[in-house]
Parts: sequence; C-alpha cells; structure tokens
Amino acid sequence: MQVTNKLTPFFENLNFERDDNTMVINFGPQHPSAHGQLRLVLELDGELVVKAYPDIGYLHRGIEKMGENMTYNEFLPTTDRLDYIASTANNYAYALAVEKLLDIQAPRRAQVIRTMLLELNRIISHLFFLATHALDVGAMSVFLYAFREREFAMDLMEDYCGARLTHSAVRIGGVPLDLPAGWLENLSKFLAKLPEEIQTYEDLLTENRIWKMRLEDVGVLAPEEALSWGCTGPMLRGSGIKYDIRKEEPYELYGELDFDIPVADTNDSYGRYRLYMEEMKQSARIIKQLIPMYAKTEPQLMAHAPKYISAPKEEIMTQNYALMQHFVLVTQGMRPPKGEVYAPTESPKGELGFYIKSEGEPYAYRLKCRAPSFFHTGLLQELLVGTYLADVVTIIGSTNIVFGEVDR
Amino acid sequence: MRKYTPKDNVQKKAYYTDRFWVAPRVPTSDVEAGSHYAKVVETVSKYTTVTNSRIEIGQLVVQIEAKDNFTVIKALRDECGYAMCSEISAVDYLAQDGEFEVFYQLLNLNEAKRMRVVCRIGENEAVESIVPLFKSANFAEREMFDMFGIKANNHPFLKRILMPDDWVGHPLRKTYPLHGDEAAAWYEVDKIFGKEYRDIVGPENRDQSRVDRYDSQRFARVGYEVPFGAEIDPENEQKTPIEYSTTFMTDYNAGSTQLKKRK
Repeated sequence: MQVTNKLTPFFENLNFERDDNTMVINFGPQHPSAHGQLRLVLELDGELVVKAYPDIGYLHRGIEKMGENMTYNEFLPTTDRLDYIASTANNYAYALAVEKLLDIQAPRRAQVIRTMLLELNRIISHLFFLATHALDVGAMSVFLYAFREREFAMDLMEDYCGARLTHSAVRIGGVPLDLPAGWLENLSKFLAKLPEEIQTYEDLLTENRIWKMRLEDVGVLAPEEALSWGCTGPMLRGSGIKYDIRKEEPYELYGELDFDIPVADTNDSYGRYRLYMEEMKQSARIIKQLIPMYAKTEPQLMAHAPKYISAPKEEIMTQNYALMQHFVLVTQGMRPPKGEVYAPTESPKGELGFYIKSEGEPYAYRLKCRAPSFFHTGLLQELLVGTYLADVVTIIGSTNIVFGEVDR
Repeated sequence: MRKYTPKDNVQKKAYYTDRFWVAPRVPTSDVEAGSHYAKVVETVSKYTTVTNSRIEIGQLVVQIEAKDNFTVIKALRDECGYAMCSEISAVDYLAQDGEFEVFYQLLNLNEAKRMRVVCRIGENEAVESIVPLFKSANFAEREMFDMFGIKANNHPFLKRILMPDDWVGHPLRKTYPLHGDEAAAWYEVDKIFGKEYRDIVGPENRDQSRVDRYDSQRFARVGYEVPFGAEIDPENEQKTPIEYSTTFMTDYNAGSTQLKKRK
C-alpha cells in the first residue's frame, strides 16, 4: 500500500507494489529523452510494457486562455511558445486563421517570404528531430552534425527576424520585414550544402546495422489506427496515408509549387525516419523554386485593409488618416467580424490549426489550438503497449512531440 | 458609484466601444444542392433534427441535437467518409444562454473536406463520448472536461489532463479569471501544509507583486539606501540621491589638437 501524507500524496489509479509479476515505473517528467515534460507511467512485465499512461500538463501555461485576454496582434508572439522548434509555423497558422476571419490576403511578396520561412522552419524542425532522435537511440555524432546544419538555418532566421527560436516572423496580413540584403544568396548557399549534409546523415544511419535494429518494426502504427488517433503529418504519412494539407488544401503558394509528398509504407519508426529525410529534400526543392519568384514581386509586405491592418510606416508618418487608423488599431485592437473559423496548416509536426470564435470584439471569444503533438501523445498509450522498455525512447523520439504544443 | 463588473464573464473587455458600433458577421452561405456538403446534411438529418447548417469560411457547420451526437458522428464516419476527428472542444456561452457549445471538427481525407458538428448543452449536462468511434477523442474529451467541466458519458478514463487532479474550477470558463482564482493562489499551501496554514503563511507571501518598502532585507531601496537588515524609521528616512559616475561626462577629446585641426 502507498503510505501517504501531505508531502507524498496518494497517487490515484497507481499501485506501485503489485501482487502479480508486473512493476510500475515512472518515466519523467525530467527524463532527458522525454522531449520536454512528458511523464509516462509504465507497467512492466519483465521488460515488456503492458500498460502505458502518458501524463501531461507539466508545461501548461494556459495559452488558449491568454488568447481570450489579448488582442489579436498582441497574441501573435505568444504563439511562438507553442512549438518552439519551428515557431514560424505557429505564427503562420494563427495569422492564417485570423486572415480567413478578416477575409484578407497577404500580398505576393509576403506570401513568397512566408512560404520560404515555413519551409526553412520545416528543415530546422526535421534536423532537430533527426538530431534528438539519433541521440536518444545512441548515435551521438549525428546529433552534432545535424545541429551544425540547423545552426546555419537558424542563422538565416536570425538574419531575417533577429530571433533564433521565438521568431514572430509573420504578422496578421503579411510579414513585418523585407528580406535583408544578401539573404537569398546565403539561403542559396545553405541549400546548396544541404543535400550533401543529408547524404552524410543517410550514410551514417540508413544502412547502419544498429540503427536499423533499433528502428525497424518498432512503433508499428497501422493506417486505420493512425486515422483513429488523429495522427497527422509524418505520423500519418509514415503509415502509408498520403495526406498533406499543403497538397490537398493548398494555402499560401503551395498550389503553384512543384513538390512531392513522400509516403512510407512500413508503418514503423524506420519508415518515418526515411520520410523525414525525404521531406527535408522536398522542402529544399520548394525553397529553390521560391527564390526566383521573389524578384518578380512588388515590394508591398502587408495587406491593404485599413479597418484591420495599420498602413505602412511612411503613410502613418505622413498622412493623418493613416495615423488615426493606426492609433485605434494599437490602442483598441482590430475587431474581426462575428463568426468562427478553423484553419488547418501543415506544420512540421502535423496538422496545426487554430479555431477562432469571434464575437466582433478585439478579443477572441474562444481560441483553440489544434496541436498535432497533443494527439500524438495520446497515441502513446496504445503504441507503447507490447514493446520493450528499451524501445520506449525510440518511439517517443519517432513521434516527434514537442511539449510546448502538447500542454499549451 | 462603483463601476459594475459582470461576474459571469471576467475576461478582458474592450475599454472603449463606439456606441453605434455593430459588429458585422462573417459571410456564410447555404449548402448548395448537389454538392458533397448537401449529401452530408441529408445524411445528418436522417438521424437528428438539424437546427442550422451553413458553409462558413469554406467549411460546413451543422448544428444538431446534443443527444444524437454519437449516432450522427457514426453516420458521418461510416457513410460520408469523415475518417478523422481533428478536434473536440467547447465554447462557453453560460453567461449569455446558460449553455456550452460543443464542436467536433471532422476531416474527410478522400475529398479533402472539413466540417464541424456543433451541439449545445446546458451547464450540468453531458455529451456521449465518441471514443468508440475515434480514439483521438480520448485526449480531446479529457481536455474538454478539464477545461470546461463538460462530462463525456462512457469515456474510458475521464480525468483531468492538463491541470492537477485536485484543481478547483475549470480554467477556460468565462467565470475563471486569467490569473487564477483564490484556490489557485493557495494551491501549493493547501496541498502541502493544509488549509489552516493560509493564515499562518499570510496572503502577502502568495502575492508575487508585493513590495514592502520597510523591509531592507528583501527589497531594494533605490534613493533611500540603508545597510542590509537595518531597521527603518518611517518618520525620518535618509534620502540617498543616486550618484552617477562622473567618468561618462569627461571629454577625453578636450586636449586633442587633431580634432581641432579637422574642424
């Protein structure tokens, strides 16, 4: 029996000392391989997991509540803190939802920049996945190589927006800044180097005997299970279902771009690893197509919608009416029309969507963030059962969950 | 007279609203006959009374009776191909209507169509859990229960998910303040020492923004500096004006002839 007092409270539904042969162990929330604040309660029979209970909420900051108490523009930097590995994807998902509510569209140049940043963030996120996943499984050197490349990509983000993790690089209605001088050249250099780096990782891992032993047939997720658990992104495509929101429900410039959607049919962690590598190559391919598109665009960066979006700074400084609009928008915030919207986007982790219910006030009446990692964490309670304790870390790594968006 | 603040919705309000302001509505359209969504609405109306169906920003919104949610979503899954439940949550309308609006966001992967099934329930009512249909509902309904206190009947493990099990209140309700209520402020004290220790600990020690200007050990006293731990007599406090370094005012170029020549 548990001995409880005020400092060690009674753990509901948990019985650490069992009469049968099973043992209950606690994994996390401070475990280095838990990818943040994941606490797993595992029931083991020998080394076999018979029951898994993911316990989340250790990073809960009430971001949805904050969204109801902040004006639309105020809330945007908060979205950085969801999936902090690829913040631009969150900024964009939120901006897209509000733009759909307002019925405005970003100008062409902003779209090119946004799509570039989104794909660059996908590369950053996938490199991070590869690095930590390999480290969890035991391949230390891949971690170092992948982080080196990620550093170059983060330098590009830093050159653009000044931040490395919390980008806030997208605004509602466009982007705040034009690309700095020489940025596209640096981007091209990065993209030129990326394929050979990816080749290095693949040389190190793809045919590596240990890597294959640790990943093949581990974390097998059948397609119907993936659908039922609400898996999206690489988790869904890793189970052989070819659904990518960029292709099926195109947003930004994805409708005009030429890229493939890789699918893995082995349903296991190894297939997902291959998928991530292929997706990085596709992202590089997308950015390469975007670079020449940039030169053909007009220099306008923010949508023209005086009711909702402030005019460019030159206009504010020279024209009285633009200044008045700006004053009202800054002091009161924009008031979108009454209505509700759900805008799905393909973030590096999966389907990231914001549901916004507006009552015509400067504050959202309800803001729900549909985070892919939340549902992938839920899946763990079934995916881990029947695997060995040593594979638990591989499977957590393979689901690529980030706790900023699980707990919100 | 003190300004009246409504207690049923303590979320932040616009500090100024034009008295003639009428919020516009997002344009919605009726479901076109013969479209995919028309078939969906037809299927849904076989199982329940559809109180409202519209297309809002590209997605179908169907409002149904709350008691029929399971059968309707089952029909949508089996007959209309909505194979994924992306999200389940609720909107708090207790202040206006005494009701919650529960929504189910569904996705049809074959036709790339999304729809939202919406139903309204009263404060102490529950919805039927759809975990037998979609396992993603397991976590989503737990979160809905945690955040709003809406119960899902026949859920396999309905328990708080983000907040601790012994938390008081449901954080996303409109009556719950952004910075937490009283129980939230005393949560750790209540749990570790017990409720009777609230008086001993004292509310000042639970207030993160408290400043005691007569406490020279824990607070800085810029402009009135005293030695660490010194007793302060409120009657005659010694003013210690901030002394700035004089070096930054030194003109190091004063003796330079080079600059003068250039001028």
